[in-house]
Amino acid sequence: MTATERERVAAPHPTDFLNVDALLSDEERLVRDTVRAFVRKRVLPNVARWFEEGILPLELSRELGELGLLGMHLEGYGCPGASAVAYGLACMELEAGDTGVRSFASVQGSLAMFAIHHWGSEEQKREWLPRMARGEAIGCFGLTEADFGSNPAGMRTSARRDGDDWVLNGTKMWITNGGIADVAVVWARSDDGIRGFVVPTATKGFSTAKIEHKLSLRASVTSELLLSDCRLPGSAVFPEVRGLRGPLACLSEARYGIVWGVMGSARACYEAALDYAKHRVQFDRPIAGYQLTQEKLVNMLLELNKGTLLALHIGRMKDEGRAHPAHVSFGKLNNVREALAIAREARTILGANGVTLEYPVIRHMNNLESVLTYEGTSEVHTLILGQSITGLAAFS
Amino acid sequence: MKIVVTVKLVPDANTEKRIDPATKRLVRAGVETVLNPFDEYAIEAALQLKERLAAAPGSAEPATVTVFSMAPESAREVLRKALAMGADDAVLLCDAGLQGSDVWATAYAVAAALKKVGFDLVVTGGLADDGNTGGVPGALAEYLGVPGLTNARAIEVADGKLKVQRETDTGYQVVTGPMPALVSVTMAIGEPRYASLKGIMGAKKKTITTISLAELGLDRAVGSDGAKTEVRELAAPPVRGKGRVVEASDGAQGAQVIFDYLKEKKLV
Repeated sequence: MTATERERVAAPHPTDFLNVDALLSDEERLVRDTVRAFVRKRVLPNVARWFEEGILPLELSRELGELGLLGMHLEGYGCPGASAVAYGLACMELEAGDTGVRSFASVQGSLAMFAIHHWGSEEQKREWLPRMARGEAIGCFGLTEADFGSNPAGMRTSARRDGDDWVLNGTKMWITNGGIADVAVVWARSDDGIRGFVVPTATKGFSTAKIEHKLSLRASVTSELLLSDCRLPGSAVFPEVRGLRGPLACLSEARYGIVWGVMGSARACYEAALDYAKHRVQFDRPIAGYQLTQEKLVNMLLELNKGTLLALHIGRMKDEGRAHPAHVSFGKLNNVREALAIAREARTILGANGVTLEYPVIRHMNNLESVLTYEGTSEVHTLILGQSITGLAAFS
Repeated sequence: MKIVVTVKLVPDANTEKRIDPATKRLVRAGVETVLNPFDEYAIEAALQLKERLAAAPGSAEPATVTVFSMAPESAREVLRKALAMGADDAVLLCDAGLQGSDVWATAYAVAAALKKVGFDLVVTGGLADDGNTGGVPGALAEYLGVPGLTNARAIEVADGKLKVQRETDTGYQVVTGPMPALVSVTMAIGEPRYASLKGIMGAKKKTITTISLAELGLDRAVGSDGAKTEVRELAAPPVRGKGRVVEASDGAQGAQVIFDYLKEKKLV
């Protein structure tokens, strides 16, 4: 490179070092900018308090709906039909605010709405999707049970046929949006294999219990779903799908959003650490000038940029119909692992300030502990990849 | 009713900027270009007006909002944002001969273009976030030969007449006028809306028309040749001192120290 060439090429951006931005279309950048502006104005000034008080304001649902972010990658029924990359970018920006906000949108769009959109009857779609897209109706997704997390096939929740009706019994655990939901997609064991049901939460026999004392994902509602002789009409069941492939198709969608989302958390932590290091003076100079700090920052920068590129790559594959669920596992495993490492490293740069809610770092760090195990633990994703490359299943 | 909103592209205020000492121009490499934040309020004002007119009982033909910019070809991305917010179409006046236009040359060229585009009402922001002259709206109204109602905090249209609240230092004036007219707005007009996802996706289908200088048939030179002003010097603002830290045993004592200081400076 000649001296003139060096002058002409712009110096890399301290966060988007590889200029991933240039790989996005105008439309994708607009989506990113809109969500970023929303988060900056609506989420960032308030989220520390939400986290501390353990709340997520309900009105956020309609605001996200107005922006078109709920079920944004679905088509028809009031959904905008955006690309997987645009959806990923939105997840990244929401999670740069807080994982709780991104989780709300993920569960609404990728789990509850996706399930109804993908597996539901025409009637179920028409009844629920437009209201859910506007954020007027909130959805949750009941798959996990207290004793069946990584092994959903063992679920105990049952669905029994009684004339034309179905009667559901059982308990679902760790359900995001459970206590604030208007509709629950519930998976249950029947004589005919695992079936999915669209359960209005006002149905008799359906109740929820809030899960308290979380030290992670505090700006998010997590609940237990209790089904006690919950009677549903025959039209409540997903007509076609049977078996675990029903819920697993939805999980793959939500996991995809996480591949992007956690890079939002990581970016927020990295930027907080970089800014802090440049201003924090010890021994008469900014700590950013010390070699140990620079090494930390650079390691964070490398993984942040690599992870973002990986998310974009998987997003493009998804938009071209070439993404296998194992690719999504690859992305989730790598990016959550690296985001958590970045958050922990950022924590050390901030010293004691790193553990207060005045800075975003400990909040993201604690949130990422949930992301590490929800939507498939890192162990499960490791074994999915292990099976994919060896042809041998290490679980089942 | 045709509403035209003039918008400008400016370097993002959130990025660090450098001045090239040789050309005395802003170094553009690595600086993102964004929609002038003050113009977002103008777009918001136009969209609000369009919506109010549509909702009014017995409203005549629906209002349309056209976004107009004099800018390089790269402005398309920024115009898309205005379209995503809800504008109906966009016009881009784009020509190498416009480079280096000052307030006069800009107003002269834009007026000619707007006459060609046609309008009942032109809405502008109060000033641009880069040059900060705030001179274009007034000059533009003059060259358009229409009333210029500046610093509006509210706009109403009824029976083909315009009613505007003009912000002043002490309150506001209510001013009425005929149309066509030009109105420049302040930030009090209302927070600009977000471009929703549907708006963003719908913006793809909206048209951006490009017009060149030759189509305007101007009788006077614009661009740097026609500019009546010249930038002689550019300098970064002086670095501010550290300020004074007031140490006080409690809030009341601290407040007293600050009050005494302000009184001494005759500020209270």
